[in-house]
Amino acid sequence: MRYLPHTPEDISDMLTVIGADSLDGLFASVPEACRMTSSWDLPQPQSEWQLNDHMRGLAADMAIGEDGKVLIGAGSYRHYIPETIRTLASRSEFLTAYTPYQPEMAQGTLQGIFEYQTLTARLLGVDVVNASMYDGASALAEALLMGLRIAKKKKKVAISKAIHPHYRGVVAAYLRPTSYEIIELELTADGRTDLSSLSKESDIAAVALQSPNFFGVIEELEQAATTIHDAGSLFVACFSEPLAYGLLKNPGDCGADIVCGEGQSFGIAPSFGGPGLGMFGCKTAYTRNLPGRLVGETKDLDGKRGYVLTLATREQHIRREKATSNICSNQGVCAMTAAMYMASLGGTGLRQLSRLNFDKSEYLKAQLLAAGASLVFAAPTFNEFVVRFPGDFSAKREKLLKQGIVAGLDLGDLYPELAGAYLFCVTETIDKATMDTIATEVAA
Amino acid sequence: MSEQQTTGAANTVLGTGGLIFNEPLLWEKGKKGRMGMSVPQSDVPAATLDATLEGTEVDFPDLSEVDVVRHYTRLSQWNFGVDSGMYPLGSCTMKYNPKTNERQAATPAIALAHPMLEEGLSQGTLRLLYELQEFLATITGLDAVSLQPAAGAHGELTGMLIFHAYHEHKGHQRHKILIPDTAHGTNPASAALCGYKAVAVKSGPDGMLDPELVASLMDEDTAGIMLTNPNTLGLFEERVREIAEIVHAKGGLVYGDGANMNAVMGVMDAKKCGVDVLHLNLHKTFSTPHGGGGPGAGPVCVTKELEPFLPVPRAVRKGDSYQLEENLPLSVGRVHAFHGNFGVLVKAYSYILTMGAEGLKRASQLAVLNANYIKEQLKDVLHLPYDRPCMHECVFSDQNQQAEKISTLDMAKRLIDYGYHPPTIYFPLVVHGAMMIEPTESECKEDIDQFIATLRTIVQEAKEQPDLLHEAPQRTKVRRLDEVQAARCPCLVGLPSAEDK
Repeated sequence: MRYLPHTPEDISDMLTVIGADSLDGLFASVPEACRMTSSWDLPQPQSEWQLNDHMRGLAADMAIGEDGKVLIGAGSYRHYIPETIRTLASRSEFLTAYTPYQPEMAQGTLQGIFEYQTLTARLLGVDVVNASMYDGASALAEALLMGLRIAKKKKKVAISKAIHPHYRGVVAAYLRPTSYEIIELELTADGRTDLSSLSKESDIAAVALQSPNFFGVIEELEQAATTIHDAGSLFVACFSEPLAYGLLKNPGDCGADIVCGEGQSFGIAPSFGGPGLGMFGCKTAYTRNLPGRLVGETKDLDGKRGYVLTLATREQHIRREKATSNICSNQGVCAMTAAMYMASLGGTGLRQLSRLNFDKSEYLKAQLLAAGASLVFAAPTFNEFVVRFPGDFSAKREKLLKQGIVAGLDLGDLYPELAGAYLFCVTETIDKATMDTIATEVAA
Repeated sequence: MSEQQTTGAANTVLGTGGLIFNEPLLWEKGKKGRMGMSVPQSDVPAATLDATLEGTEVDFPDLSEVDVVRHYTRLSQWNFGVDSGMYPLGSCTMKYNPKTNERQAATPAIALAHPMLEEGLSQGTLRLLYELQEFLATITGLDAVSLQPAAGAHGELTGMLIFHAYHEHKGHQRHKILIPDTAHGTNPASAALCGYKAVAVKSGPDGMLDPELVASLMDEDTAGIMLTNPNTLGLFEERVREIAEIVHAKGGLVYGDGANMNAVMGVMDAKKCGVDVLHLNLHKTFSTPHGGGGPGAGPVCVTKELEPFLPVPRAVRKGDSYQLEENLPLSVGRVHAFHGNFGVLVKAYSYILTMGAEGLKRASQLAVLNANYIKEQLKDVLHLPYDRPCMHECVFSDQNQQAEKISTLDMAKRLIDYGYHPPTIYFPLVVHGAMMIEPTESECKEDIDQFIATLRTIVQEAKEQPDLLHEAPQRTKVRRLDEVQAARCPCLVGLPSAEDK
């Protein structure tokens, strides 16, 4: 076995030093009654080449390959990933390191995460960003728990129905063992969140909105911030497509207190939904309530600039059951990857790419409307939108699928009232010809 | 002479300084108008955006592709990973991360798989999920598995959600949970998220849990116990079955923290130990890289009785096809937006296929062999608080060095000068000045011998030249950092570009 370096002679020499008679003898402290006695029904060990063949087989069972055109987002986005990022993020000095508990040996990770925190704070318009959460969904759950901690006595949170249904599912699971109550905010006809009920509720610690929301609709964050703050609640702004903030006003500038969401769009492959990146930031006033790790700048004995993990007294290994979260391992190398992506785009490139995503999705929207589809929500959107088709679209979608085009997501399973309505996503990976093919099929 | 003295001015120029580069922060380089990746030409007309929604351009530095490549390559050279050398960080199982696993996870049709596509289009990834669930059930001896939790602590939380849902279903919620002082640090925080008050259980003088103490603490308001086995002293809890019986007799459940599974693959059957829920750390036992903090994966394995409470959706096989089961009324619900850290799951799956049953068992045997060998070769110079056969890690303390005013931290920092990542220090808390060494099975005898010799040299230096330890590390990009200052005046983000200039 190529990962196991011990020769029979090594084993025998080492056993002699230990004073054990055999490898099995090392396990004398494990009682008989606790022992694994059944033989394992696992496949025979495979050589590297057999494993390649096996994975090729699994890949062949995937209907949509590299050449497929996927016009679905819904929380996971197919964007181009430059080769530089693949190369740099897979450098084993980053990849095979542990959490930087020994800062002198991990300045690469630490400076990289400090840069990630900084670029993400600028993107989201917040003062502080942590070193990452598991994903957008758990980030939202932690944001609401943080809001409840800050608000102390309040027992309710309100979340928009236009937040990704899976994120709401995770929030429900996290809050279920607690006595906190979740209020769901309905939609207005144009696809934004209806905040009119807020004035009637007291006792709401935090209100969460997603923008662009699950339907791609851009929420009016500034007005929302006023309404939410007037109701005495904290404003949690969430997202699943951070690229939007290359073009749109960011949530922090609009008045959000806590901003969190999914950063997969930034250089991370969809990979069937993970690993992604939970981005999480807030205003300075709430720094000590943040979950997760933080990297801070400091100096070494010689006065040289360096980076360390800091404010650890919030965390589980110090504060134990009173910690701000139980999170330990996070999405470290995914955060580094996102920073590499943000650095590669720069301010100029981010604007261009964001604009391109907007323009392309507006193009498809216009083409589909011209082909007879109707918009379900009238409010402005970014890179995703919902349409209905005259008649049954499923047969046409099937036909497009045969050409390798995945034309939107039927919303019926997630929102029964939207059965037959389709959520489309267009990124820079979708060319005009593909969009024209879809429009032609719709019109046919 | 220190390095700085010998290099003089060369080390103060940004971007230079011999081979220990003085690479600046991203926003201290670059120039407006550069770009480090190609953005496709637009093939559609420009659309109009409501001006009230449009923001100003984000203040990111503009860098060329070369700028970005050099920046991260240089940063990487200040880092130490398993590929750089021995990383005997106790409780973290820093074993070799096979390169082929990275390739498998990057297989285009798998890396590009969209999680919201219909089941019929995703048979390959669903099959992988299903098979990995089966493999992990086999390896632990438990019946059913959820792969959703994204890390060990996330698995613990999922386990506690299962405890909570189970007791709720039984019609009587409980409010306390037993947590030994030899359990992992995340356990109390995970239990607290579910409203359980942690009740500490002190380990005995031999480092073992005493069933009688557990019996005296266990009552019908206690949801169960969270055990780490082997525990954080690297010892197998020999009376785990008795403890489980006591907890079960009072209607409680037993949680097994499987972070130390690398010691006992093929040896321990978790179900026979009386464990009801167990999480695994795929980024430890199953060789996936830790990524300088993550991503990990923390699947939970449960008994048949608790299967209905597992998170949804679950990958199931129906005849020849694989499906996602969503409607399980007793389920705790969803703990991840999609299917967990799928890319990490691919790597663990690849590792299991490569190792096979015999390889996995052998890995545990050799991990335990390496740890016991180190323990025997160092116990005459380092204080060994629990002198008994260990599992995959051994715990020393700095008691013998106190006379020389040398601490565990000093020895750890000196190891860095010799090119080793230090062991875990000051954990577990039950050992004052703990130094927890977990070599893993990846290290060969010669490298282990060299590590032992190095630690013995350091112990000698502690007596003869203690300043070498107090001043360590010297051969790194930065020396010891001021952590107090970092916490007192937190600087968590860099200044805006304009203020830099």
